[in-house]
Amino acid sequence: MTGLLILAAYVAIFVASFLIVKYAVKTARRDFTSLKTVTFGDESAVKSNRIASVVSILTIFLIWASFTGSAWVPSFLHVPGPFQGIATFDYTAEADDGTTDDATVTVLVHPVGEDPEPPQVAPGEGWAKNDSDVVASWRSGLIRVDQNDEKSRDEGHRVIAVNGEPIAPGGEVITEYGRVGMSPKGTLNFEPAKGLQMESIWLPPPEAVVARVVEIARDGYRDSTLWEHLGYSLFRVIAGFLFGALVGIPLGYAMGLSDWFRGWFDPIVEFMRPVPPLALIPLVIIWAGIGETGKIILLFLAALWIMAIAARSGVSGVRISKVHAAYSLGASKWQILRHVIIPNSLPDIFTGARVAMGVCWGTVVAAELVAAEKGAGMMIMVASKFQLTDIVLMGIILIGIIGFGIDMLMRWAERVLVPWKGKG
Amino acid sequence: MSGLSIEHLSMRFDLPNGSSVQALQDVNLSLAQGELLSVLGPSGCGKTTLLNIVAGFLAPTEGQIVLNGHKVTGPDAERGMVFQQGALFEWMSVRENVSFGPRMKGQKESQYGANVDHLLEIVGLKDFKEKAIYELSGGMQQRVALARCLANDPDVILMDEPLGALDALTREKMQSLVLKLWKETGKTIILITHSVEEALLLGERLLVMAPRPGRIHKEYALPFADLGVNADLREVKKHPEFAQRREEILGMIWDMEEEIMGRSEADA
Ligand SMILES: Nc1ncnc2c1ncn2[C@@H]1O[C@H](COP(=O)(O)OP(=O)(O)OP(=O)(O)O)[C@@H](O)[C@H]1O
Ligand SMILES: [Mg+2]
Repeated sequence: MTGLLILAAYVAIFVASFLIVKYAVKTARRDFTSLKTVTFGDESAVKSNRIASVVSILTIFLIWASFTGSAWVPSFLHVPGPFQGIATFDYTAEADDGTTDDATVTVLVHPVGEDPEPPQVAPGEGWAKNDSDVVASWRSGLIRVDQNDEKSRDEGHRVIAVNGEPIAPGGEVITEYGRVGMSPKGTLNFEPAKGLQMESIWLPPPEAVVARVVEIARDGYRDSTLWEHLGYSLFRVIAGFLFGALVGIPLGYAMGLSDWFRGWFDPIVEFMRPVPPLALIPLVIIWAGIGETGKIILLFLAALWIMAIAARSGVSGVRISKVHAAYSLGASKWQILRHVIIPNSLPDIFTGARVAMGVCWGTVVAAELVAAEKGAGMMIMVASKFQLTDIVLMGIILIGIIGFGIDMLMRWAERVLVPWKGKG
Repeated sequence: MSGLSIEHLSMRFDLPNGSSVQALQDVNLSLAQGELLSVLGPSGCGKTTLLNIVAGFLAPTEGQIVLNGHKVTGPDAERGMVFQQGALFEWMSVRENVSFGPRMKGQKESQYGANVDHLLEIVGLKDFKEKAIYELSGGMQQRVALARCLANDPDVILMDEPLGALDALTREKMQSLVLKLWKETGKTIILITHSVEEALLLGERLLVMAPRPGRIHKEYALPFADLGVNADLREVKKHPEFAQRREEILGMIWDMEEEIMGRSEADA
């Protein structure tokens, strides 16, 4: 229900901001593309709209903040929250002797985590006495209204109506403060109105996540600082990737240059390539345990095949005329490897390295989810066991940022180190 | 024994499916040091195959190539090659490309530097030394390829349609450049081309090849290369003999192409 509402709000903002930008904001393109009359179907004329990107990110934060009652956005942007405060409803009780009497139930609905006293209420007239109780928001509570009444269950005390509406075991009455249900045994159950906001154990507001980041950055989590957790994950990725590249690249070159190597390793590489590294986690844990060695072996295997295949295709991608030209200029085999084949394969190797780093980063988080003492994945796994959703979210966001950062760094290195990519 | 001789050269490509293509059949030819031979012929008559064998990239099924008294068995710096395009190293600057040969021989900058700069000046790329290959136009790239070949000081230069990818105007300028370099350096050159005019203008000798199997059809000795060294190429083209030769050779190749087309239509 809330999910559909979020989707509707999202679509509404998408359409509304599109229309606003289209008709209200002048986004004049300065270059010649503004003169193109055919843009639908011309991929090169489609440029990512900056405004759309900014609005898109803001929308996610807005929806997040508004559905969690965040303090970061003014309260008129919040969707209705759960009811809090004093809720009341009346009940009508009947006893075996045929008499009926009314009384009022006063419930203090308090925020989760507090433990207040029930409000004081006067007992009131008649044999049914007024009751009071406490219930936390988003929870529900059984209210034994007969306990303080003069006629007990032994005398046939039963509730027959709430706020004047008849109620029977298994039934319910919706009041302005929430739902009053009746259990099969006849006990009233009050469930204060939940509103549309998410409870923070499901989705904490953004400021709670930020506060967690600050707190964990300062105090650490599970005996390690935040930087140790992230640093360990990064260290494993880099170590595994480096070993993988160190073995995979020469292996790929050998496969690209020698019949024997290609024949020998082709079946192995082609078999290992489609095996997802995640499927190797159990085996690696059996063989090497959950320590650093096991993780680095796993990431080594994840990077190895990708790098070997990248290097192999880098070698086979060299134009034969370049090799011929080099031979005709008097180069030896080693010189051709060093000055022609290796530089020519670098663009492919960089592409492979980017893929491998992405796969390694995903694999390390997964491996840490399974078993680890430190690491980004371990952090979110342990936190999830304690329903610490804010730490889980924090972890996911940090993992995303680092993964993105790694990719940007690789792209930058590629631009600087192999400027001739795609220009051969 | 100085010079290049091609002796009883035959090349048959045996294909994996059992069929075979006779690309060259008993080709005989000898070139003296400093001669410029241009080779014409319809597509598929074995010109590239011939050049690849001379360069040493392919071993012939029969016959041999002898250069300056020794048999050719593989590629070597004594035989330089200029490709149609795409054979430059785009990870090196213009100057690094041109100095590739000397550097591979282990020469120091002090040994090759002056010569490389001189060659870059001759081909008009003095101001582009440090540029990347992909920043140059097609014509400039071919000039780099020429300079790279010359910097290595080969005895024979093999060119497979070196100007084929250029526009008409650039092509004409490059033709003059080739003639000039040929005269200055005195290299033996084999130049393959599809353009009859280019073959006539540049070739001291001209070979017309015939297809299926690839063989020498006719050979000419021509005066135009020598005329062109000191004159405007457009003037040379006005020479009455030039027009006559051009028509003759065009007709010859045209007939061969007709015959191939007719034959493959009959095959089908
Ligand atoms: N690697 C090869 N495998 C099989 N056949 C080949 C091979 N290389 C060339 N041939 C055949 O040899 C013949 C001559 O080819 P070649 O490339 O030498 O022709 P060409 O005269 O250079 O043609 P073009 O003018 O189109 O470049 C052709 O019939 C071709 O099909
Ligand atoms: Mg050819």
